[in-house]
Amino acid sequence: MSIAKQDIELLRLVTVGSVDDGKSTLMGRLLYDTKGAFEDQLQAVRKDEGEGADGIDLAQLTDGLAAEREQGITIDVAYRYFATPRRKFIMADCPGHEQYTRNMVTGASTANAAVILIDARKGVLQQTRRHTHIISLLGLPHLIVAINKMDLIDYDEATFLQIKEELSEFCARQNIHDLICIPVSALAGDMVVERGNNMPWYEGKTVLETLETIDVSGHLDENEFRFPVQYVSRPQTKELPDFRGFMGRIASGTVKPGDEIMQLPAGKRSKIKEIITFDGNLDEAFAPQSVTLTLEDEIDISRGDIIVHADKPPHTAKELEAIVCWMGEEPLSPHKKYLIKHTTNTVKAMVSDIQYRTDINELTQDESANELAMNEIGKVSLKLMKPLTFDRFEDNRATGNFIIIDSFTNNTVGAAMIC
Amino acid sequence: MIDKTMSQHKLTQLQELESESIHIMREVVAEFRNPVMMYSVGKDSSVMLHLARKAFYPGPLPFPLLHVDTGYKFQEMYEFRDWYVKEVGAKLIVHRNEDAISKGMNPNEFGVARCCGALKTGALLEALERGGYDAAFGGARRDEERSRAKERVYSMRDSFGQWDPKNQRPELWSLYNGRIHDGESVRAFPISNWTEMDVWQYIKEENIPIVPLYYAKERLMVERGNHLIPAENSQFLLEGEEPKRVMSRFRTLGCMPCTGAVRSSATTIEEIIEEASIATRSERETRIIDHGSNSMEDKKKEGYF
Repeated sequence: MSIAKQDIELLRLVTVGSVDDGKSTLMGRLLYDTKGAFEDQLQAVRKDEGEGADGIDLAQLTDGLAAEREQGITIDVAYRYFATPRRKFIMADCPGHEQYTRNMVTGASTANAAVILIDARKGVLQQTRRHTHIISLLGLPHLIVAINKMDLIDYDEATFLQIKEELSEFCARQNIHDLICIPVSALAGDMVVERGNNMPWYEGKTVLETLETIDVSGHLDENEFRFPVQYVSRPQTKELPDFRGFMGRIASGTVKPGDEIMQLPAGKRSKIKEIITFDGNLDEAFAPQSVTLTLEDEIDISRGDIIVHADKPPHTAKELEAIVCWMGEEPLSPHKKYLIKHTTNTVKAMVSDIQYRTDINELTQDESANELAMNEIGKVSLKLMKPLTFDRFEDNRATGNFIIIDSFTNNTVGAAMIC
Repeated sequence: MIDKTMSQHKLTQLQELESESIHIMREVVAEFRNPVMMYSVGKDSSVMLHLARKAFYPGPLPFPLLHVDTGYKFQEMYEFRDWYVKEVGAKLIVHRNEDAISKGMNPNEFGVARCCGALKTGALLEALERGGYDAAFGGARRDEERSRAKERVYSMRDSFGQWDPKNQRPELWSLYNGRIHDGESVRAFPISNWTEMDVWQYIKEENIPIVPLYYAKERLMVERGNHLIPAENSQFLLEGEEPKRVMSRFRTLGCMPCTGAVRSSATTIEEIIEEASIATRSERETRIIDHGSNSMEDKKKEGYF
């Protein structure tokens, strides 16, 4: 696909918009112009000669399932891949309609940047505010807004600036600090990958240049050390009769041999002995590396425990509050028992109170709500069967989130961010 | 080996993918009773197996490998499989649909769909049931084919092994919901987020052995439509087809009668990467089974991985 290069970085992004905004066309354009789609895949979606961009229905490239192509809509999150000499991109493509809020939350959960689309003729709509609010709830560091269909408003700069200003004001209130607005015609290809000749007044970066240059680090290593234990390795083989290693992926922070650590929730202390990997022991490890830790002392640690630096512990509690996006067919209701899965821990929980439901379009809070239906967002209080060790989502995305599971159907019915 | 010194506290995209895959494998092993790893002998399987060795080092692999053998694989694949599995010290289970094989199932007489249905999907479901596996790792990638772009890392299957695209669980952050009812199972795809190029790069950087069929050499082929079909076994030739020697290699490996080769002079991993980086056609184009509308989607619904 793209040029072979070893030290390129990864950017995970989420794209949101409805069919009418031309989102699929924008994505198709990125895939097509960066050669993220192959000839035979293009042939499979080629329309009648002369129609659309280069005779290809770019939207058809991204709608994967038969049901979606029949209905001409995107129902599910689709993951797309493309690369440039600078970066590899994993793009979660989400439908923009209100009834698919849960898909947007899903796509945004793994992303470091969001691309949302606005139809330049329509400006900032209710759905734009809804998308922006969700991006903010999920703590994404960057928001790129492609103001699309500039070709249909004669590439008018004043309209672009007006939309940009309105958005900036709204984003400031939503706690989004890195907002980038780009005037685009996805159909004509202006300012997506190529600059085109139609908007000489715009001096900023194209969509692709922006994606190639925004900060992707996420600064995970600067946060406190959190190591949720996934699996305790006890091979008991002839070569390793007594080996006991704690396997996991560092959720945040860094760790070194000799570090004083604490296991939570019980609070037992020890020191890091070794950081083991297949490629040799490490002098230092950092998020999001997967490693195996051994400790100086024989303390009891099992899956679900979290290893942290002894002087910087997270919270441990049996009650917590969280913003929940509901995804289940049956509404979330107080006093029903659920399971929550947080890091490597699964705990029984009960919703003790629904504090409010957010009107996702007006962004007002309804405190009289007594349930959350599918695609609704609200703040709830939870009581847990046993203590959970966690951070607040705004302090740590990795240890501040959990999913809610219906213990009868086993389905994932909610996504939650701890307040 | 991946260069760990590149920059402080920063992973390259391949290192990040590697860590994600290891995380997925450890989750599956921790949460399922009886996992198995599907091993197709191809390059993606080689990468997946390598990642599994890393995930559970210094311990041994905590699950067996399962090769669903149609009997129509290339000789080089069987030789490579037996050598490599021994080399890494894994336990291998080979399963064949002996009933269909003994009745002479083949793609030419019975059609590609029926042959695949019996020798691949049928045999796979039989093997999973016989082993009582509740989770099976597969090396599928989302970039391969458009119905796979919506596949989850944990793909839920009912008690018939079938996939329902409208009833898959949302997957958030790196939290995978592995709770299943009796009889249900999960297909876990640890290299979901890898592309073909990532796989080749990783094979190069990690020196992972692959079947020699991926490297170009002069091979006996016939041209059938747009496909170059291997002609070493004359039983699969159609009337009037004349085998000739063509410098070629395979981008993906499947069954001999149904896997096309491409003209190529790439004899080293660097040349393969070079070729893949300028390729304009997807690797699965050489798989006859994928063609026809919704082909992969339909097969997955029936239980294919």
